[in-house]
Amino acid sequence: MRYHTPSSFEDASALAAAATGVTRFLAGGTDVLVQLRSDLVTPDDLIDIKQIAGVRDITRRDDGSWRIGAAVSGAELAEHEALIAEWPGVVEALELIGSTQIQARCTLVGNLCNGSPAADSVPAMIAAGATVSVVGPEGAREITVEGVPTAPGVTSLGPGEVVSAVNLPPRGKGGGDAYLRFIPRTEMDIAVVGAGVSLSREGDTITAARVALGAVAPTVLLVEEAGAALVGSTLDDAALATLARAAEAACRPISDKRGTVEFRTHVAGVLARRAARIAYDRAGA
Amino acid sequence: MAFDEETNGFKVVGTRPDRPDGIDKVTGRARFGADVTAPGMLHAVIIRSPHAHARIVKINASRAEAANGVKAVVTRADFADGLEGENWNILENLMAGERALYDGHAVAAIAATSSLAARDAARLVEVEYEVLPHVTDVDDAMQEGAPVIREGAADGSVPAGMHPNVVRCHDSGHGDPEEGFAEADLVIEERFTTEATHQGYIEPHACLGTLGPDGRGELWCCTQGHWNVQKVCAALLDVETSKLRVTASEIGGGFGGKTAVFIEPVALALSRKANRPVKLVMPRADVFRATGPTASTSMDVKIGMKKDGTISGASGVFRCQGGAFPGAPMEFTAMCAFAPYALRHVRQIGFDVMTNRPKQAAYRAPGSPMAAFAVESVIDELCNRLGLDPIDVRLKNASREGTKASFGPSWDRIGLVETLEAAKEHPHFSAPLAEGAGRGISCGFWFNHAGETAVQLALSEDGTVQLSVGTPDIGGSRASMCMMAAEELGVPYDDVRTTIADTATLGYNEISHGSRVTYASGLATIEAARDTVKKLCKRAADKWGIDAEAVEWRDGCAIPSGPNAGDFDPMPIKEIASRMGQTGGPIVGHFEATPEGAGVSFATHIVDAEVDRETGATTVTRYTVVQDAGKAIHPSYVEGQYQGGAAQGIGWALNEEYIYDDDGRLQNAGFLDYRIPVASDLPMIDTVIVEVPNPGHPYGVRGVGETSICPPLAAIANAVSNAAGVRMQDLPMRPSRILGALKARS
Amino acid sequence: MIHVSTTVNGDAHELLCDPRETLLDALRDRLELTGAKEGCGTGDCGACTVLLDGRPVCSCLVLAAEAEGHEVRTVEGMADGENLHPLQRKFIEHAALQCGICTPGILVAAKALLERNPDPSETEVRYWLAGNLCRCTGYDKIIRAVLDAASEMREAT
Repeated sequence: MRYHTPSSFEDASALAAAATGVTRFLAGGTDVLVQLRSDLVTPDDLIDIKQIAGVRDITRRDDGSWRIGAAVSGAELAEHEALIAEWPGVVEALELIGSTQIQARCTLVGNLCNGSPAADSVPAMIAAGATVSVVGPEGAREITVEGVPTAPGVTSLGPGEVVSAVNLPPRGKGGGDAYLRFIPRTEMDIAVVGAGVSLSREGDTITAARVALGAVAPTVLLVEEAGAALVGSTLDDAALATLARAAEAACRPISDKRGTVEFRTHVAGVLARRAARIAYDRAGA
Repeated sequence: MAFDEETNGFKVVGTRPDRPDGIDKVTGRARFGADVTAPGMLHAVIIRSPHAHARIVKINASRAEAANGVKAVVTRADFADGLEGENWNILENLMAGERALYDGHAVAAIAATSSLAARDAARLVEVEYEVLPHVTDVDDAMQEGAPVIREGAADGSVPAGMHPNVVRCHDSGHGDPEEGFAEADLVIEERFTTEATHQGYIEPHACLGTLGPDGRGELWCCTQGHWNVQKVCAALLDVETSKLRVTASEIGGGFGGKTAVFIEPVALALSRKANRPVKLVMPRADVFRATGPTASTSMDVKIGMKKDGTISGASGVFRCQGGAFPGAPMEFTAMCAFAPYALRHVRQIGFDVMTNRPKQAAYRAPGSPMAAFAVESVIDELCNRLGLDPIDVRLKNASREGTKASFGPSWDRIGLVETLEAAKEHPHFSAPLAEGAGRGISCGFWFNHAGETAVQLALSEDGTVQLSVGTPDIGGSRASMCMMAAEELGVPYDDVRTTIADTATLGYNEISHGSRVTYASGLATIEAARDTVKKLCKRAADKWGIDAEAVEWRDGCAIPSGPNAGDFDPMPIKEIASRMGQTGGPIVGHFEATPEGAGVSFATHIVDAEVDRETGATTVTRYTVVQDAGKAIHPSYVEGQYQGGAAQGIGWALNEEYIYDDDGRLQNAGFLDYRIPVASDLPMIDTVIVEVPNPGHPYGVRGVGETSICPPLAAIANAVSNAAGVRMQDLPMRPSRILGALKARS
Repeated sequence: MIHVSTTVNGDAHELLCDPRETLLDALRDRLELTGAKEGCGTGDCGACTVLLDGRPVCSCLVLAAEAEGHEVRTVEGMADGENLHPLQRKFIEHAALQCGICTPGILVAAKALLERNPDPSETEVRYWLAGNLCRCTGYDKIIRAVLDAASEMREAT
């Protein structure tokens, strides 16, 4: 295995594009190094992006949008009060991953590019309408977060493409987001179901909403019907029931060691309702 | 009672001094299994079967042997031939012969100059398998047509006509349960199941072994019993026992799982072949796949109760799956099942069933927690339906001194009633329950064990004490040994140093198991101290020119036993020790025996739990352990045993399980999906130490380590069932199971 | 092999490491700092916890090469000469360890907690330490020891 520490994303991309064997980018390593230690994936080239300038920066742009560098850790995100004030759901989603020790290392981009349908931060990012900046041999591009995963462990990123940052849109007035997951213990588990909700309200009425579900399909789902169920409502019981039905209807889970089809489908509805309530309260605060 | 008075008024026993190995363990200095090196040391890796059941057609290691840094490869051919009985089973388990019998079964091992080199070379070993049909479920394995794990494994105890996978049977009891059921006002019969769980010690098995061509060897390993390791390694490698010296490292948890031998003979075989020291550390996944889970069970329990709470009859069938080898603890399961109760009519039957799973190993009161789950669940349901108080009913039926145990003998002095009374008086039992919460009660029982024990106590010239014991310290036992020696000798706690001796420096000691250490090594320590005191008194007597019988020992000094003995100043231990070279030589006390009289122990647990009715998630909100310790030598470490047993029980009840897929492969061989409780899962665990002294120990000690895990499965299941309003009969009570039960009811 | 310059417990070290070598392996095998333990190798047990630039990490999930230019602290660096850290003293006093294999990782993680939050609640301690598995104690005495150490440290300042 060759270990590289490029000083720019262009160099990182060029290294990856030129590599012929198994290639992995290394940020926090909480997936890549587990796979390496378990002899599941031993890369020929491991490209550590943490020495690239700005890779750990969290920046609020003038228009209120955010840029979060690819190597910002969960702990760093969780210490950023201005970001928490605007996007608490995204922050809490990343913060739920693993332990305190994992928090010192894990990143939004790593969580996304690992391609797991159970990734905690991904439903929150999708609900938030986040995009990622991609650097590749053909230059830079920006794609939606929901456009990245295509199947378990597979992404739409091409050879040599590397994600340099996550972008969150301006939160605006009257916005709130939340992420909830179900795990058997209180900590340390992979999500059995995850639900991210982001919404905006004017007065008591919801004007826009996005709902995303994790661990209920081969990729994290953006459930447009679930968002639509909330828009125009005051989060009354009827709207919540419609939301839960839409969430359940979208589920295409598997039964495995972490949960059954029936359980995941049912809990997706429960968590969507609970997360919507939190997001709604936050939006009104 | 005179004995009760004797077991009070101690100076050292019952206090809470700092443990002697404390500083080593908080500074990182303590040396565990994987923490040592040797000059020229190689690193080993074991290659394991990916199949649940397969014939090993061919192993081709030539590419691996040619790889850079590889010094030795071993397979079954490198171990002793012609073994019989349990030694054959141990060998067959740690290195497969003709067939791989479970996912993770070892088939070969490699030693190389670095662990990375060994891992890389392991991938070059080509093993050709012919996959065979497999079975992993206990009930399935008993069905007609199930693949036979080993032909002819059944012994004479198995009734005719049973599947060859049923290899042993236990049948005991007295009276006629049918008569008892006929007298009952309510009879409940239900089936209960529990999944296999792992001991889950945080330290993987690790060892460093050297074995020369002359058959002499040294072995360092984390084990609960190094004399057993010595004996097994000698047999499996066909060397003489005494030529192999085994030293027990600090041990990072065992709970029964490190009573078995899994890797040490492999390291020694590689060492013999390479003629270099070999270090072998199990990866965590291997620990789950190939070391001691407990048995999984399927149990049918039937109990009849009268309206006044009298249990009129009880019977149970306990089917225990112990992996691809005989040995599931079905007799303990059966014998513990009804032990808390004095019954006129009782019968218990156990079956030992083989499957394509790893060889089960002891896990903290093997078999008892599962039995308690089934029996105490039925009792709880009977109490609910008859409107009876769960503690009153248990008190009414409780085993007491002189009553006949469900498995035969009459009880000596026991403390079940005292634990029930303490539980009833505890504020937890009468505290109001939150809306939607449930409370569960359960009793539990464990035999406890004594075993072969040898101890030596040597005096230093300054009067301090070197105590050598042979039972690895798995939870602070060196502190207890120091305390008992100090108590007996009348010296300060800090004047005693306790060392876990290696196999070359003390006689045979049985494994640290059966909750025996504080009982048996403690008894031996007290006896060795008394032997020392005799010798000390003799030296004083000689000096004073009086009979040794006229000297007694008090507060660390020899004194004349009365006015008639003469008028001499007390002679302190330090004075005697300083002159021992001139007065007859070194003063060493010792004790070797297989003591009888390990007192049994009972416990009663109280648990509150809340269930999220939308997700099936359970939260244990309050937990109280009440247990008879006989006599608590170091109460902090007794409490620690109670709390640890309860926590492991919570894991077993709620989330821990071996998950096998249809292909017979273990799906959760890691701490990510084998979900032991984390700190945020648990409440504080309150403890009540009941002390009903054990007549079989000079200070009244009973073992405490195992009984603490007997009640939790049932207590939590009762709490959850009462919270959810539906009886949970299968463990673990994972959220999907609870949600399914809730849905099925509504 | 990769040349790594790093600081461990305040001492500068130069190491030659395989690119696949973890920080845990380098600490244990090359520097003989065996206080950090490998309980799982997958970041699930916390027995290998060390501080990397002041943050607790699982050293089994950090490459030795990643330590280049960074500061590592281990349990061996917790005591000040013969004076134990208050957490170390309180763990002994409260019998907060049975086998002791998880103790170094828990001490290092707890130290990082108290540096950030000198007055944590029981719940905060439990969640902060959720990645440090202990199989012996049921956590009760560990939590009490951390809270007591925090209290003592607050009084001392």
